[in-house]
Amino acid sequence: MAATKQTIEQVNKLGNNEYKYGFSTDVDDIKSPKGLNEDTIKFISAQKNEPDWMLQWRLKAFKVFLRLPKPNWAKLNIPEINFQDIYYYSSPKSLKDKPKSLDEIDPEILKTYEKLGIPLVEQKMLAGVAVDAVFDSVSVATTYKKQLNDLGIIFCPISEAIKNHPDLIKKYLGSVIPVTDHSFAALNSAVFTDGSFVYIPKGVRCPVELSTYFRINAVNTGQFERTLIIADDDSYVSYLEGCTAPMRDENQLHAANVELVALGNAEIKYSTVQNWYPGDSNGKGGIYNFVTKRGACRGNNSKISWTQVETGSAITWKYPSCILQGDNSKGEFYSVAITNNMQQADTGTKMIHIGKNTTSKIISKGISAGKANNTYRGLVNMQPKASNSRNFTQCDSLLIGNECGAHTVPYIESSNSDSTVEHEATTSKINEEQLFYCMQRGLNSEDAVGLIVNGFCKEVLQHLPMEFAVEAQKLVAISLEGSVG
Amino acid sequence: MLEIKNLCVSIEDKQILKGMNLKINDGEVHALMGPNGSGKSTLSYVLSGKEGYEIVSGSIHYNGRDLLNLDVDERANEGIFLAFQYPMEIPGVQTSFFLKTAINAKRKYQGLDEIDALEFAKLIKSKAGDLDISPEMLKRDLNVNYSGGEKKKQEILQMSLLDPSMAILDETDSGLDIDALRIVSEGVNKLRTPNNAFLVITHYQRLLNYIKPDFVHIIADGKIVKSGDFSLALELEEKGYDEISKSA
Ligand SMILES: Nc1ncnc2c1ncn2[C@@H]1O[C@H](COP(=O)(O)OP(=O)(O)OP(=O)(O)O)[C@@H](O)[C@H]1O
Ligand SMILES: [Mg+2]
Repeated sequence: MAATKQTIEQVNKLGNNEYKYGFSTDVDDIKSPKGLNEDTIKFISAQKNEPDWMLQWRLKAFKVFLRLPKPNWAKLNIPEINFQDIYYYSSPKSLKDKPKSLDEIDPEILKTYEKLGIPLVEQKMLAGVAVDAVFDSVSVATTYKKQLNDLGIIFCPISEAIKNHPDLIKKYLGSVIPVTDHSFAALNSAVFTDGSFVYIPKGVRCPVELSTYFRINAVNTGQFERTLIIADDDSYVSYLEGCTAPMRDENQLHAANVELVALGNAEIKYSTVQNWYPGDSNGKGGIYNFVTKRGACRGNNSKISWTQVETGSAITWKYPSCILQGDNSKGEFYSVAITNNMQQADTGTKMIHIGKNTTSKIISKGISAGKANNTYRGLVNMQPKASNSRNFTQCDSLLIGNECGAHTVPYIESSNSDSTVEHEATTSKINEEQLFYCMQRGLNSEDAVGLIVNGFCKEVLQHLPMEFAVEAQKLVAISLEGSVG
Repeated sequence: MLEIKNLCVSIEDKQILKGMNLKINDGEVHALMGPNGSGKSTLSYVLSGKEGYEIVSGSIHYNGRDLLNLDVDERANEGIFLAFQYPMEIPGVQTSFFLKTAINAKRKYQGLDEIDALEFAKLIKSKAGDLDISPEMLKRDLNVNYSGGEKKKQEILQMSLLDPSMAILDETDSGLDIDALRIVSEGVNKLRTPNNAFLVITHYQRLLNYIKPDFVHIIADGKIVKSGDFSLALELEEKGYDEISKSA
């Protein structure tokens, strides 16, 4: 119908000016020499004043990277990445000697976070949310530190944890995502720069949302984030990450590894709002977002829940997964992935049921507009000992226009007869009658699309921490701007 | 208010409206009656600007402006309201949120700030109360699993909140029980002012006992074949469309 035709015209007209976070910050920076080799790794390790065991761990990972084949790129169309053309470390000079208080942080950087809506200065801090801000390769500031310390909660940049909590790092780093997992896991292990470390002691319920805000600023720089969250017995934590990057014509690489460990009765809720620069309407520029996220429910009755809202990046490749080792453990994956213009997303989850009575739930909502492609790829695996286990999967795709694509690729492996796996999938076009109804009530076409799509995503969005749900709803609407005439 | 002149409309090369003429002045209520498939809903969609209808010839003027040049949302914000024969379900969107969004769309168009949360709560409580719509209902997703009658009431609630100047009610009475019919009609009557107008599409004279029309029109095969006052509705009830059309 005509609305669809207009959609396509609108999408074609759409410039690259809609990305609200596309500005860059002028700061002097220290960069590693361009390219990937042992010296780069030694440089990073030295910049971070790391102990020798950490450097050795990195160098070993680099050897693994060299021998592993590149991952098979799923349903994505990815240009060859030249690993020698990337800076692996970039830090604003002013952060060389880590600022001890917020007053010492370069005002330009503080301003950047203000503009992004993440004020770091004391008076304006987000209520009920402790923030760790990562600017290119280094952590800028962590808020609410003292309150958390009093409870024995550790929330700090991982580079700090390596120095201050080596036992925890040695025990858990790489224990969920082995270095040998695939080449990007190995690459990240070799060159990771910063990210967050969280430890919740036994029996503690973390009273605030923990949040990390990642920002890529420097040109030609990869961001190799490494995050490790450990919830000890009977503890609870909710963690949220947000991401943005300036608009640049070159593609930039973000290859993150995130590991979660939930011990007995512990619960980790991990939410992502990913809004990296998606590139312009012709597919020029944008972030390549290759992420490995995995959580281990090690203890009995433990629970890990992933919620993601993926609206940015030129290419997204991520499958936040749960390894359900403990008996009665629970894994959940709630995902909204929106692709517009030339964006590509291949995302989903893996639920590996190992323990008895384990349950998993997958709710995936994929929205495609423009010429974008959106694939859900998910694995449910029931191991022989996972008796009486259950999975429920629901994948819904919504198409806006005629040139986009949605694909659902479920893999089900069951070596267990008393477990059940249920999969439901739907694909539909945005309903013109609904659009007309909303517009007859005075909504313009973009608001109407935003409203309908938000309704479509509600089951997922309601799992976000309250503080971020409203932002996420706005983001859903913004990322579809121009998709309907 | 509204002037339709010699309007011919086709859908996918099939002509549906074949020379409609209708003039509605401020403060008037017009009833439009006609057999199934005669083009009543088509007219309501064309007035509200739905896509897919080709205007072959003719014109529609609304308060002196060429209505056909305006987009759907512009027409709505200029005061055209359609109570749908089949209201749409919008899953995942809470009814009260939808109502607020619609109110704010209109306020934005008028250059006003968004409605204050407290003011909205008060407004909706009184308007929903008038129509006997419970607060629980407003927490549910818009029209999802509403009964037929509940959907129709919801349309009238939206109408009363948006306070349109030209309201088109497409078979709002179908599916309403006796009590609801009275409540809805009272709701409509309450909205009547010398400055707005109503086009009430119905199959039943019963509704017109409650909402007294100034004019009754009978449409058959895409054009108005007979116009009169309230007595025409009574005559129709007695004789049926066939005879009336023939005598026209
Ligand atoms: N999208 C469409 N494609 C083809 N024909 C259509 C379409 N929409 C409506 N029509 C036809 O146009 C004619 C008029 O339909 P319309 O819905 O306006 O009738 P109506 O007078 O409202 O009838 P009712 O009393 O049953 O509601 C019917 O013959 C219908 O089948
Ligand atoms: Mg009809």
